[in-house]
Amino acid sequence: MVVFHAVLPFVLAPLLAGLINKTKAVFAGRRGAPLLQPYYDLGKLLGKGAVYSATTTWIFRAGPLIGLAATVAACLVAPLGGRPGPLSFEGDVILFAYVLGLSRFFTVIAALDTGSSFEGMGASREVHFSTLVEPALWLGLAALVRITGQFSLHGVFSTLSPDVWTAHAPALALVATAFGIVFLAENARIPVDDPNTHLELTMIHEVMVLDHGGPDLALIEYASALRLWILGSLVVGPLLPQSGEGWEAVSFVAALAALAVATGVVESTLPRLRLLGVPKLLVGAGVMSSLALVLALV
Amino acid sequence: MSQTIPTITPNGGVLPLDEIPRLPVQDFREFLIRRVRSGGRVVALFAAPYAVPNRIRDHAWGAAPHENDQARLFAVLADGKPPTLLVASSVVGGEYSSITPECPQVHMFEREIAEQFGITPLGHPWLKPVRFQPPCPGREGLSRHESGGKALPAASSFFSVEGEEVHEVAVGPVHAGIIEPGHFRFQCHGETVFHLEIALGFQHRGVERAVIGGPNNRTPLLMETLAGDTTIGHATAYAQAIEALCGCTPSPRARMIRAIALELERIANHVGDLGALANDIGFLPPAAYFGRLRGDFLNLTAALCGNRFGRGLVRPGGVRFDLEPDRVSSMLGAFRLAMEDVHQVGPLLWKSHLVTDRFNGTGVVSREQAVELGLVGLAARACGLERDVRREFASGFYADAQAPCHTWPTGDVFARAHVRWLEIEQSAQFIENHLQRLSDGATPVPLGALAPSSCAISLVEGWRGEICHVAITDTQSRLSRYKIVDPSFHNWTGLALALRGQQISDFPLCNKSFNLSYCGHDL
Repeated sequence: MVVFHAVLPFVLAPLLAGLINKTKAVFAGRRGAPLLQPYYDLGKLLGKGAVYSATTTWIFRAGPLIGLAATVAACLVAPLGGRPGPLSFEGDVILFAYVLGLSRFFTVIAALDTGSSFEGMGASREVHFSTLVEPALWLGLAALVRITGQFSLHGVFSTLSPDVWTAHAPALALVATAFGIVFLAENARIPVDDPNTHLELTMIHEVMVLDHGGPDLALIEYASALRLWILGSLVVGPLLPQSGEGWEAVSFVAALAALAVATGVVESTLPRLRLLGVPKLLVGAGVMSSLALVLALV
Repeated sequence: MSQTIPTITPNGGVLPLDEIPRLPVQDFREFLIRRVRSGGRVVALFAAPYAVPNRIRDHAWGAAPHENDQARLFAVLADGKPPTLLVASSVVGGEYSSITPECPQVHMFEREIAEQFGITPLGHPWLKPVRFQPPCPGREGLSRHESGGKALPAASSFFSVEGEEVHEVAVGPVHAGIIEPGHFRFQCHGETVFHLEIALGFQHRGVERAVIGGPNNRTPLLMETLAGDTTIGHATAYAQAIEALCGCTPSPRARMIRAIALELERIANHVGDLGALANDIGFLPPAAYFGRLRGDFLNLTAALCGNRFGRGLVRPGGVRFDLEPDRVSSMLGAFRLAMEDVHQVGPLLWKSHLVTDRFNGTGVVSREQAVELGLVGLAARACGLERDVRREFASGFYADAQAPCHTWPTGDVFARAHVRWLEIEQSAQFIENHLQRLSDGATPVPLGALAPSSCAISLVEGWRGEICHVAITDTQSRLSRYKIVDPSFHNWTGLALALRGQQISDFPLCNKSFNLSYCGHDL
């Protein structure tokens, strides 16, 4: 079961992206790419060579690798359907948030390493927005820790029984909403970013990886798929019963799939916010998290 | 010899070259500045070789090399209420005092003249090549000075801002999407744009030069490819110019079919643009549906003439395809279906607050700027200016059908999107009204010989705006100069100004809201 748990996210994560794209295609009246397209893309990219600019250093090459390694580490502590992550330990909440930060840090400096004005702009935007997203994530996690009295993600999620929910409904609802926004922002989805745009000047996340190609891009794409999975599990985790029953893994994966479809629906029905409007949304998430923490402390 | 009063001509009129007044250059300059100050607008300003030799065809611009340094400047102005077309000219040598400092809307025209004929407008504030094209034979153009003999597009100095916190972003000529090449240089402070400079010329093919000595069988084909999305517009402008020179009038039926094709082209492009605008803000449903609907309207043009962009339809003398009653009813059915869909998709765009929030106040061009720059067409109407050739200089079928002119005062992306929407409605009404009531008459009528030593001016409201073609013939009735002004030539500067003080992330949206032609500008 532990092996199963350890393998499941790594195998299924790209499928979520496929689901989002399929949903969007249906809304647009298209047939869309096959569900497994993200896997084909990864395979294609891995088979390619990479081109490196002479102006870049080892940082540029290390970026995708460290980004993926950090995301894998976060994945290994994230619980799945009532079972702790393979490396779960007391206090892994902090590790979880930090490795995500580490992954972002290396993506940003790898982008700056290229010296391209596009990537510089993307890095600037990414850092600007993450200063607003991270408080929402941290404060939300703090509220959950305070409410449940647990310091591991698994502990937090498994303690959130319907009784706890009824006792702390306002705070938990605020955290869940804030995490929803964090999920959209961190995964570069609409209304914060547009993962499908080809316009460099409007991109946030995509523009930082423009110079990466081949296997490096595959690592980046795979890391984004994993991030979609683990941040998704942060959204659905508090909402599902997680007492350790076998069927809960199934419901957990189903909930993630539903989240992917919901993301597709959001992307099909909302336009993107203007760049100056994004901070308002993110600050809103931060405010919700802090309010939740205040409620939890009372 | 010289008359002081410039000649007035109707749209599609023809003037013997000798009747166009040859003002002393100082008077010519004064005339332009005075007229523009009092509300006039420069439609075209260009140079043509003076003292055209008789039998030299090898030299593409029609001038014998080194024969003489003089060139004749022609100015076409729209002036007065209701506007009339005024034509004046002046013979200049190697240089003259620039008009741009007092009349900014000629800045590109003067750069073009300098590039093509090596005539220096003294005191021009930003004299650099427009298209980096080789100058006309025997003359030294501008680009040679700029890049050491080779004319490479965008290889010149750019306006730049200096300072610790200022950075420069260069975009293009190779873009991420499947669009035409152009180079954009932004001077930014953080995310805010101080200044944008646009360098084009990558698409220069030398069409104006290629039609010298014509017209021949190739000429209409070249005209149809000036800007692929404005095939009908440019082909009609060309046909009108040649018909004027021949003194022939196409039948009412042919004029009506041209008008219908022109309005279909307008709807197809406007619908496509609304979809593209939705796509740029990541709003999926209208992007997908308008994108499909554009295809439906293009297919209607294909039903009319066998080509989705209308190639091969318009020729001097009329149109090459007639409409039988059967085809009219099937086209009308398909047209109504497509318009029904347009009406269902439109509200998705207009009723979403997030969309209006995105469009409102983005990329604003003020009315004053629009007047000063001489913007035309859709971009001008979105600044509240009533500029529409179909109304101001109605020709062809429009002379019989009064068309309203839709404007919107705000000058932002919303205005440009909304004017498109209003024009779709108007064009749809036009097609509904006229497709079933086609007039009689043979579709092509025979053309006579071209008038020698004459100048014909032809204006058409293409979907982007005013298309101006000026055809000048030599003593042998061959084209000795053919000047094309695509609406994009006027409006690119409008886009540059729209970006000032904007977020650089909004550039793609602003750009799409103008949707100007690169090849129409580069010729």
